[in-house]
Amino acid sequence: MKGRIEVLQPGLYSTIQDRGRFGFKKFGVPGSGAMDSYAATIANLLLQNNPDGAVLEITQMGPKLKFSSAVKIVITGANLSPRVNNSEIKNNKIYLMAAGDVLSFGKRELGGRSYLGIAGGFQTEEILKSRSWLKDITQYFRLEKGMKLDYNSVVQKGVETVSSVKIKSGYLNDNNLEVSTGPEFDQLSETEKENLFNTEFHIGRNNNRMGVQLEEKIENNLKPIITGPVVPGTVQFTPGGRLIILMRDCQTTGGYPRILQLSEFALNVLAQKVEGDTINFMEKREDSERRLNRSQ
Amino acid sequence: MSVQNFTIQPMGEKAILINFEPEISEKMLEKVLIAKNFLENCFIKEKIEVINTFHSLLINYSYTIEDVYKEILTIKRVLNETKIGINLHNLLFHIPVCYDPVFGWDLELLAEEKKLSVNEIIELHVEPIYTVYFIGFLPGFLYLGGLKNELHFPRKNEPRIEVPKGAVGIGENQTGIYPNSSPGGWQIIGSSPVNIFDKKGNPPCAISAGDKVKFYAVDKERYEEIREAVSGGIFQLKKEKYEG
Repeated sequence: MKGRIEVLQPGLYSTIQDRGRFGFKKFGVPGSGAMDSYAATIANLLLQNNPDGAVLEITQMGPKLKFSSAVKIVITGANLSPRVNNSEIKNNKIYLMAAGDVLSFGKRELGGRSYLGIAGGFQTEEILKSRSWLKDITQYFRLEKGMKLDYNSVVQKGVETVSSVKIKSGYLNDNNLEVSTGPEFDQLSETEKENLFNTEFHIGRNNNRMGVQLEEKIENNLKPIITGPVVPGTVQFTPGGRLIILMRDCQTTGGYPRILQLSEFALNVLAQKVEGDTINFMEKREDSERRLNRSQ
Repeated sequence: MSVQNFTIQPMGEKAILINFEPEISEKMLEKVLIAKNFLENCFIKEKIEVINTFHSLLINYSYTIEDVYKEILTIKRVLNETKIGINLHNLLFHIPVCYDPVFGWDLELLAEEKKLSVNEIIELHVEPIYTVYFIGFLPGFLYLGGLKNELHFPRKNEPRIEVPKGAVGIGENQTGIYPNSSPGGWQIIGSSPVNIFDKKGNPPCAISAGDKVKFYAVDKERYEEIREAVSGGIFQLKKEKYEG
């Protein structure tokens, strides 16, 4: 049986995401996928979904959603005070929604992005082998009032929890981003390198699914580069001395020097940050040892 | 001769970057694409995707690379065995462009600044066979090389908030087509009625890195005809084998 979620209120910014598009970068198509891939994976794991199951990524202020028929759901990632029909529910716990139930969100307590997983995954349109919403690729690119989201209303008996899943939540408080050096790192002066690792950076206003701009500037004496490949987690250094960390919807190529590269998990950590939060870059130990040995 | 002079390094846990000498030329592109071809043939295609830019290759993995240094050694070996001088079977695409002032917002400006007539500008733009270096920036945005020196022109100081889909523009030494409406700073000289990128197509873009493009001028009437054929799904881009 088909189920549908009706969007009563859209909230700040929500999108359907899965593990993203693979194999279309050669045509300039971004990879997309859940910003916090860890939280999205946990949602599917708890529901015993396929890892490709599509989830709803909810940014900072959640929507108000009405369910047309019974289905199991779970909320993971940030704590945005989720509620079902005005009673509070907890993250990382499976709930059985009944026809007519309304899921809503309240105050942002911790983190920036929450994930609504649903049994079987959202059944929204698939374009270029992914359901991840992206402007000019999918029909919709953000949740809007009145929209309907399809799901499969299949309910097995009981609300069993998968007890073997151990869930990390400490990363929601973590400010350290694990990085390795980027292709143009070696062109930085020693002072610039030091500043990079010793500065506490604030997340700027321009932060979205394409990239996160940091507030603090560092003097930049690098020469511009010939446009080259970039990936999510690439830290670009603009001529004005600003750092831009590319996120899941980033372009496939870029023309700014690429000085650092976030680890996959650091991308999840950063996905949970909001404007004004602080972060530090922490070099992978094996990398810093290799680098220091080489410079001796 | 094998592909020489490259550096290779991980870029995160799911990609490996190969850089050749920093240079923008057809010779470099050929080297990059031959190396790309060899790498694609020695991996399982569903598991990796190799993209190229002017002088780099990026191998994207659909999974986390387990032993990156072992992987790098394998890639080095493949590249050292790669022979240049093979034929890459490229195609030449003929793309219609309408240079009517309705679309060519900046044609007059360009003509004035360059001390050329509008017709001369159009002739200079349709004359070359352009090389597709790679696709980036937007889905289906072709990085084209080969714009005539006479047409090199700076970008707008203030980018336009919206440049329509199909707009053909010039920015510095580059020319290209906006595959979708987008903010843009290029000088707009015309519009192409064809879809360079079709998200429902398989593949979504018929043109790939290494292919060639030649523009031909169409009037407004023909432009509308082609547009209708495109939306009706019956327009086919004229293409032919290209032997360089």
